[in-house]
Amino acid sequence: MKLFEYQAKTLFERYGIPTVHSEVVEGADEAKWAARRLGGKVAVKAQVLVGGRGKAGGIRFARSPEEARKAAQDILSMKIKSIPVTKVLIMKAVEIKKEYYMSLTLDRSLKRIVLIASAEGGVDIEELAAHSPSKIHLLQIDPQRGIEEKKLKDFLKDILEREVEKQALKGVTGMYRLFMEKDCSLVEINPLAHLSTGELVALDAKVIIDENALYRNKDLEDLKNREEYSEEELEAKQYGLSFVSLDGTIGCIVNGAGLAMATMDLIKLFGGVPANFLDVGGSSSPEKVIHAFDILRRNKNIRAVLINIFGGITRCDDIAQGILAANKKMNLGFPLVIRLIGTNEQEGRRLLQDAGISAFEDLVSAVKEVVKYSDPEGQ
Amino acid sequence: MSILIDRNTRVIVQGITGHDGSFHAVSMLEYGTKVVGGVTPGKGGQQVHGIPVFGSVQEAVAETRAECSVIFVPARFAPDAIREAADGGVSLIVCITEGIPVLDMLKTYHYLNEKKVRLIGPNCPGVISPDKCKVGIMPGRIHREGEIGVISRSGTLTYEIVYNLTLFGFGQSTCIGIGGDPVIGTGFVDLLEMFEKDDQTAGVALIGEIGGEEEERAAEFISIHMKKPVVSFISGRTAPPGKRMGHAGAIISGGKGTAEAKIKAFENAGVPVAARPDEMPTLLRERIRGGRK
Repeated sequence: MKLFEYQAKTLFERYGIPTVHSEVVEGADEAKWAARRLGGKVAVKAQVLVGGRGKAGGIRFARSPEEARKAAQDILSMKIKSIPVTKVLIMKAVEIKKEYYMSLTLDRSLKRIVLIASAEGGVDIEELAAHSPSKIHLLQIDPQRGIEEKKLKDFLKDILEREVEKQALKGVTGMYRLFMEKDCSLVEINPLAHLSTGELVALDAKVIIDENALYRNKDLEDLKNREEYSEEELEAKQYGLSFVSLDGTIGCIVNGAGLAMATMDLIKLFGGVPANFLDVGGSSSPEKVIHAFDILRRNKNIRAVLINIFGGITRCDDIAQGILAANKKMNLGFPLVIRLIGTNEQEGRRLLQDAGISAFEDLVSAVKEVVKYSDPEGQ
Repeated sequence: MSILIDRNTRVIVQGITGHDGSFHAVSMLEYGTKVVGGVTPGKGGQQVHGIPVFGSVQEAVAETRAECSVIFVPARFAPDAIREAADGGVSLIVCITEGIPVLDMLKTYHYLNEKKVRLIGPNCPGVISPDKCKVGIMPGRIHREGEIGVISRSGTLTYEIVYNLTLFGFGQSTCIGIGGDPVIGTGFVDLLEMFEKDDQTAGVALIGEIGGEEEERAAEFISIHMKKPVVSFISGRTAPPGKRMGHAGAIISGGKGTAEAKIKAFENAGVPVAARPDEMPTLLRERIRGGRK
């Protein structure tokens, strides 16, 4: 679960990580008043969950409340990577001496939390990692001991100026506490700025929370942002389906995440483009299949749907019943290609046959059949 | 011999009185697995389909001499169940549970590191040594005993590939689902090493997916340490970056974990990457008959 900058900064304050004074607003006039309260000179920042908002024009500087109003008006009418901006953060303008990069994340190979720091802040860290890996420094954190002050001091010594060392120690300790207490998968400050006033502050804030741990972080549940997922993705979640929308024309309904990805890959291999990822999960009830169809049929780009089931815990007869019920209940509006194999395969096949629907046994034949529909001319 | 489990492995089921636990305990028993007991705190003395239930792993191990525990406990309680199994004296833990918070698994991983116990999973279908022993939720009948080791991060995709192997005439020595989470107990490398030493295994099918760098490390290991042929399949070539594809660990983030990078790593290590699941058996046949790596 990704947090907006303004939400992440609220958490930062709670954990003693200094930020610059700011207010979040939803309208241009509000932005003007906020700018006035913040001293006139401000930065107006689009609140979106996707990266690259600076390049997209989502950050503007204003020298007066009136300019802030105008900037807010422009930004609030923008779409960044097709997502409309609904909130802007008005942040007091500051004078920056130097910018750094600082983040905490899980290193899956090391099986440790690592602190990543660079003396080059404010840049695209992935690009920096690709082109100048020597400028990125990494500190492994001992899972039993946590942050050890001496090690952290030694680590930061080569990256930061001496005068901000103390502030950095406090800030990183706060970041680590936040990471552990709120089950984060990422806490990132880019840039971390050394101001001309001497302070070290988080100019930006990025936090990602582990959704599997939300049960013990009830206070964060309210921060769930609708923008992170499409309406269909949210609805799918509610029904226990894993769904990601893509921009192709061949819909898929599959049991199991790995098989669902492999099915998408096969569609592509045979010349089609998948319209979505959809995993109905194990022990799929007929209802889940109906919900899956209900979500797919709203996608007007879909020309045909491939159902690929390898029954393990999932029973083929349950799936067949779901297909038949969906067919009866709603006008699907697209042809179906079905591949059914595994647990209770015979029963499932018989149910479909009685309704005049045939099913493939072999995956590749089913994929070849469904991609025929991706090109309407070919019909 | 197979690896990890064989026909003598004595298995207990943690969470045996639950919906999934009881269902799969019976299914394992029917497959021929020696399911010698179950564990549910507070329900010691009961029976599930004739299997005795104990109140703790320690008690179960003392009574049954079990060496393997399979866990069907809900995500919130699973980390404690894993620790209990480790402290209770089994040497192999297979955790099926999906949805355990990453930080819990991280702590559990380091806790187990200090003990002589192996964890498979979590968020995995389990382990099967066909016609001998099944510790997990996979459909037993698609498997046949044979010479191919199978290691995978996925569930149903593994069934797909095992099914293709069996149809082609390749049986399996042991098939392991290592799990789809970011932090798992046992990775590809440890299992490759075991297959290399196992005399029943003539070749390995490795099934990876986007996210993390487990496949890259496997490729490096294979190029240095393995004489037996390995063929691979990677799912998620069409997955967009930044989106979790069902499995908690299947995500391309920070430019890392792409299918492209993994395919390249395998090809550089001389490991062929199948473009389709049904190509795996032919790729193995070419290498096992030809006797080359």
